[in-house]
Amino acid sequence: MRGLLLIAFCALLAFAPPPAWSGPGALTVFAAVSLTEAFTIVGKILEQRHAGLRVQQSFAGSQQLATQIEQGARADVFASADQRWMAYVQARGLIAGATSEFARNRLVAIVPRGNPARIGRLQDLANPGVKVVLAADAVPVGRYSRVALEKLTRAPGFPQDYAARVLRNVVSHEENVRGVVAKVQLGEADAGVVYRSDVTPTSAPLVLLLEIPERFNVVAGYPIAVLKAGTNPDTAAAFVSLVLSPLGQRVLRDHHFVPVKDP
Amino acid sequence: MSTSPRSGAYRAAIAPAGIVAAASALLLALLVLPVISLLLRVPPGVLLERLRSPVVTQALWLSLLTSLASTLLVLGLGLPVAYLLAGRRFVGKRVVEALIDLPMVLPPTVAGVGLLLAFGRVGLVGRFLAPLGITVPFTVAAVVLAQAFVSGPFFVNAARAGFEAVDPQYLRAAATLRSSAAYAFLRVVLPLSVPALLAGAAMTWARALGEFGATITFAGNLPGVTQTMPLAVYIALQSDLEAAVALSVILLIFSFTLLLALRNLPGRTWR
Repeated sequence: MRGLLLIAFCALLAFAPPPAWSGPGALTVFAAVSLTEAFTIVGKILEQRHAGLRVQQSFAGSQQLATQIEQGARADVFASADQRWMAYVQARGLIAGATSEFARNRLVAIVPRGNPARIGRLQDLANPGVKVVLAADAVPVGRYSRVALEKLTRAPGFPQDYAARVLRNVVSHEENVRGVVAKVQLGEADAGVVYRSDVTPTSAPLVLLLEIPERFNVVAGYPIAVLKAGTNPDTAAAFVSLVLSPLGQRVLRDHHFVPVKDP
Repeated sequence: MSTSPRSGAYRAAIAPAGIVAAASALLLALLVLPVISLLLRVPPGVLLERLRSPVVTQALWLSLLTSLASTLLVLGLGLPVAYLLAGRRFVGKRVVEALIDLPMVLPPTVAGVGLLLAFGRVGLVGRFLAPLGITVPFTVAAVVLAQAFVSGPFFVNAARAGFEAVDPQYLRAAATLRSSAAYAFLRVVLPLSVPALLAGAAMTWARALGEFGATITFAGNLPGVTQTMPLAVYIALQSDLEAAVALSVILLIFSFTLLLALRNLPGRTWR
């Protein structure tokens, strides 16, 4: 009896629709983690416009995605959080056509809602004993965070060794920006530096924001490109167009990105 | 029985051997090929050069220290548990057994999240430790805890199997010679189970050394403090494949050498 059930179960599986990882009905998008919510919506819009299309998205640190693409991952579109990793992929001849900047982001400091370390202003990040979490240097936002810290060090009202002290307070180098959000959200870290767009509706109630003034902030330009290794170049181009279209730009703006075109 | 090439007996004798050989070859190929691919990628000169870099020495040192600490922790805490499970029947034994096995089926990252929610600053237990000045995440202790969590089941199960395999005759003999339960355990059961205990310890140590998901989630990633070799490899992989491969090979050589040494401890034979 159990044997029959097992055979029946296996037979059922055989009729289950196979995942469309490649082929004309599937589009694979590699995008930086900070784009998770915005690109999921864009993907759904594209699916509605193209009957039978499945958009598969892989969200990870841009550095990780670039390495995977270099190692032969068959993605159709790559959206990076900085020019560095797009240039990395481009230098290896893996891009089809040109890259376009489709959004900008800026940094913000976050602390847990309960603010255990009593951080009232950016200078407090350098206080002894404050647990700061940053993304690793190879991650775009990690590099930008360190640049912003350097800018703040030279600002009036900040001590000479501000950046050094904050970096000494770092207790973990996360491998993507959402790791930083998670640690702060959980209350394990006293402070973290992330993109403004990473304070999503889900995490907003759990954190407090500390704005970093424009002149010390880093404006991160996000480039997007179609990849040569993709199996669906036409749909890939459609995805990029959608991202750059007024509708796509509006979606990005709604998620606290800075649009590049007027939505 | 005839054993000429065409006879049934001959074929019956050769068929299983053929299957065994084929299956073994496949499995060994699966295990050996990735290792060889790694080794072939890095010339020895590059390896030695990498060994000198502070990132590598820190990570290696940390890995060896923490895996040793977590293995000892597991040995210390696991031995009594294995003894309990081997000897006694009690209410809820099945639940305890399932709990012990749980870390083996839990994805390591999930284990990390669980540890964070339990021992984090605002965690279930951690919130009582925080006012005392004890915070666990982002410390070496967290690394040891994460490793102990995921590798504990291996030792407990191996030790228990070792204890249960001891011929009850010996225990009865010990009892007739009026030895206490403790004495019987220490002088009869334990020495007879040493091969199983060593096998369990080796598995635990190996699992602890390779632990990644729970570590990066619970302990974080900070060179010199919580960045063990697996974490260093992962971070390196994201920007420099060659560096990652070199680190992987270093870890491979260390692990393999130590495992080989454990298996060849003088005077001990393996089951």
